Amino acid sequence: MAQKSIYEFSAKKLLMTELPKYFPAYNYHGKLAVLTPDTDWDKLVAENPWLNTDKLAAKPDQLFGKRGKANLLLLDANLEGLKAFINERMNKEIELGGIKGTLTRFLVEPFVPHEKEFYVSITSDMDSDTIHFSFEGGIFVEENWDKVTHVPVPIGTDVDSFDFASKLPDLGDLKDTLIAFIKGLLKVYIDQDFAFLEINPFAVTPEGKVVPLDLKAKLDDTASFQHIETWANPDKPIKFPRAFGQVLSKEEQFVADMDEKTGASLKFTILNRDARVWTMVAGGGGSVVYTDTIADMGFAKELGNYGEYSGNPNREHTELYAQTVIDVLTEKPDPQGRPKILLIGGGIANFTDVKATFMGIVAALRKSANKLKNANVKIYVRRGGPNEKEGLKLMKDVGEEIGVPIEVYDRYTHMTRIVPLSLKGDS
Amino acid sequence: MTRELFNRNTKAIIYGFQRNAIQRMLDFDFVCKRKTSSVAAIIRPSQAGAIGYHKVFWGGTEIVVPIYRKLALAIKNHPDADVLINFSSFRSAYPTTMEALNAETIKTVAVIAEGIPERRSREMNKLAKEKGKVIIGPATVGGIQAGAFKIGNTAGTIENVVLSKLYRPGSVGFVSKSGGMSNEMNFMIAQNSDGVFEGIAIGGDRYAGSSLLDHLLRYEVNPKIKMMVCLGEVGGTGEIDIVNAIKDGRLTKPLVMWCIGTAAALLPAGLQFGHAGAMAGSDLETAHAKNKALAEVGVIVPDSYDDLGDKIKETFEKLKAEGKIDPVDEFEPPKLPMDYAQAAKLGIVRRPTDVISTISDERGDVPMFSGVGLDTLVSENKSIGYTIGILWFKKELPKFAQDYIEIVIKLTSDHGPAVSGAHNAIVTARAGKDLMSALATGILTIGPRFGGAISDTAKYIKLAMDKKMAPQEFVDYMKNVVGINIPGIGHRIKSVQNPDVRVKLLKEFVFNNFEKHPFLDYALEVEKITTSKRNNLILNVDGCIGICFMDLLENLDLSEEEKNDVVDTEMLNGFFVLGRSIGMMGHIFDQKRQRAALYRQPWDEILFAD
Repeated sequence: MAQKSIYEFSAKKLLMTELPKYFPAYNYHGKLAVLTPDTDWDKLVAENPWLNTDKLAAKPDQLFGKRGKANLLLLDANLEGLKAFINERMNKEIELGGIKGTLTRFLVEPFVPHEKEFYVSITSDMDSDTIHFSFEGGIFVEENWDKVTHVPVPIGTDVDSFDFASKLPDLGDLKDTLIAFIKGLLKVYIDQDFAFLEINPFAVTPEGKVVPLDLKAKLDDTASFQHIETWANPDKPIKFPRAFGQVLSKEEQFVADMDEKTGASLKFTILNRDARVWTMVAGGGGSVVYTDTIADMGFAKELGNYGEYSGNPNREHTELYAQTVIDVLTEKPDPQGRPKILLIGGGIANFTDVKATFMGIVAALRKSANKLKNANVKIYVRRGGPNEKEGLKLMKDVGEEIGVPIEVYDRYTHMTRIVPLSLKGDS
Repeated sequence: MTRELFNRNTKAIIYGFQRNAIQRMLDFDFVCKRKTSSVAAIIRPSQAGAIGYHKVFWGGTEIVVPIYRKLALAIKNHPDADVLINFSSFRSAYPTTMEALNAETIKTVAVIAEGIPERRSREMNKLAKEKGKVIIGPATVGGIQAGAFKIGNTAGTIENVVLSKLYRPGSVGFVSKSGGMSNEMNFMIAQNSDGVFEGIAIGGDRYAGSSLLDHLLRYEVNPKIKMMVCLGEVGGTGEIDIVNAIKDGRLTKPLVMWCIGTAAALLPAGLQFGHAGAMAGSDLETAHAKNKALAEVGVIVPDSYDDLGDKIKETFEKLKAEGKIDPVDEFEPPKLPMDYAQAAKLGIVRRPTDVISTISDERGDVPMFSGVGLDTLVSENKSIGYTIGILWFKKELPKFAQDYIEIVIKLTSDHGPAVSGAHNAIVTARAGKDLMSALATGILTIGPRFGGAISDTAKYIKLAMDKKMAPQEFVDYMKNVVGINIPGIGHRIKSVQNPDVRVKLLKEFVFNNFEKHPFLDYALEVEKITTSKRNNLILNVDGCIGICFMDLLENLDLSEEEKNDVVDTEMLNGFFVLGRSIGMMGHIFDQKRQRAALYRQPWDEILFAD
């Protein structure tokens, strides 16, 4: 995936080092601290003496918003107040929009008293990066979206000479500061390959300093090789956290780690460990089609996983991938004694060697003969591509060898037909 | 950009040395009965020279394709190539694509790499638009115009090309995001109609260079395309653009279309479902919403992917019944000779080998020497003598033999700078030549006179013993019949009273470690006779090495024939070459370290005579 959310802490840190290059007045305070369940308070305070002296603000930094409404925002507190606030909330499970998750990370900054809250964000489409600006920042921006000014800046534009003044509303006394700030922000956004940036709100102090209060950002992680000096520094690369409440199982983590190490693509998401229908599908598009078809047939609740392998993974990686899927699906038999279904599907590959990848899958099947039998697994195969005949024969043979029912179909059977074939009479 | 991108004469430059993809393109050209190959040139940035050549098959014969280091020269030399197929990595795809877009002759660039930064893609697309050029990709396998031109790995192997009838044009224009699914769709379309005219996969990235609609608009104006098939996806607004194009009359041909990803709502939010661009940002971008909007403007939308083939068939049959489909110009595609490697794998051909190797085999994880892994040599700390045993004698030698070999290597390692081998090496090194040349001149000196005493001694003593000559008989034979001094006997300085310590040590080793030593015993009898004539006619170190080596063979459980093989194959010279190379290289390094100047023999060492 290209666009990835980053922590508010990471985004503010990145702005702190990059923005002054274009907007030297960006030197508001630079004081940021992160609290996790492992935080040693004494050490933290020693490293950040301002925690003792400044008025503080704190909030969770776990990629979700509307923290004020959920009573997760601390304002204008001292260190004692902060400790009490954190102790009460750290490691607490909360539910947000139906998603349960644990609070494990808070961001602490000096509290900045302010009167007015502004809104600015930058989004991108094919032709432009668009600045969205409003005087009505904060929690009301959504209801006041009609007051937001949108300024598309075509890609390749010289930002310095671009005329923002005539396109933004009258900024009054703040005109010079805000336009310099917005230009700087856009340059950092372009330079650092941001894919999304929203500061809602930011304040301007009486001294004229711009201070971001709440901030959300996404980076384009495919650009990391261009940023080894900043956010992709191999010694301390920026973290790309998962969405709130999303915790990877050890099997998902295993596949994700493997995926990172190979040029091929290996994806595995467990939807329901107890489910009956599991897929091991080749191809990003193909995997979507199988998932659709299973859902269309009313088996969405019975679907165990989403995943795909593509880009000609080698035999070893395919075997490890297959073994992971098999291990999860054979954890326990269906409580009602029905067979479990494994769909080894895929379209007709362009260049992925069907025989080579199937050799990996066959090796995993062979090692798992007993597991597959104990869990009463029935396997359906459909695939085409280079060496398809040999690959499909391997599958047929291994079924007979290990005594597990494997039905094998070639290109002349419609790609998704194995879904109804496997589930017929089950609905 | 409604022009046709490809035809039967299209030529492409391939950026990246993709052997399989290139051969598959040529195989495709061949079965399409193209007159010429579609690959004009290859770019390989790691190549040393400006131009090289790559051999490829054209049917059963071989032709060459030039390989260039730089794109600019390839473009200059191949102005007829208007397509660049860019296999360069996500890191370098941007500069190479920009260079190609700026070249006047290149009109279409297919970008294969996945993971190109989005901003870079957008910049490439901007330039392409300004220049009126077309980008297919990034993150795609490419596309194919049936019977005309195929991009890289599209449509895979030639078997698939034939099964999917891609060697001749049908009437269906197809476009998808997914590269993987495009090949499935090629086959599905071939099964349900007269086949694909052109099929393009625009790639799964958020910022694809050309859109689904861009290609459909091309198909719209192409009179050979009678109907269109499109596979859309959840995420993005490209499908909505199609809806709008139909509404305002820019697309009128029958279009069968399905957006995949209808199950996205069932999956956790934020999950990557299929491709990088496949994530619904708003309700309008869901697959359901798109399928519904498409159906509302008259697109033929199936109930599910499962029915897509049926809808294509219905649509095609209807057009056919209306007489709108031209008959396909069908032909039997020429058979492509099978690759030797594939045929061998299938066991239908065999070929004699040219070389037999019985000592070593590097095909596995670790090189094996006579069945012993190279790793074992290290992990079990085997000696050099052991290693020579398995590589030269093809067996594990007993300890005393290993030790003897190592003694020989040490004893022969050097004999000072003045001997002819070392001298030659030094002269050559001082002439500024490299290590290998200097060492070679030294080694090339080894022969009958220099270092040859070792094998000659062995040879004559063996002869004497084989003929059962008494020692005195042998001495006379050498003098009267052969007419040379006995090799290995005699020393310039050393004598009976002043024995050579090297010989002493060697003899002691043999007496203490060899169960039998008939050659040494015999040679010592010979020595008794020769030293009685003159006290320096002793068995010298070269002679002793040769003779003791013959004794070594006596202790190794070898047949007479095997022993003769050892002697005939010059193994004795081998020990001298091996040992002396150590010393010669020492002299070469010594001279090079000193930066010694060119050697010239002094005049006073030369007698100038008429």
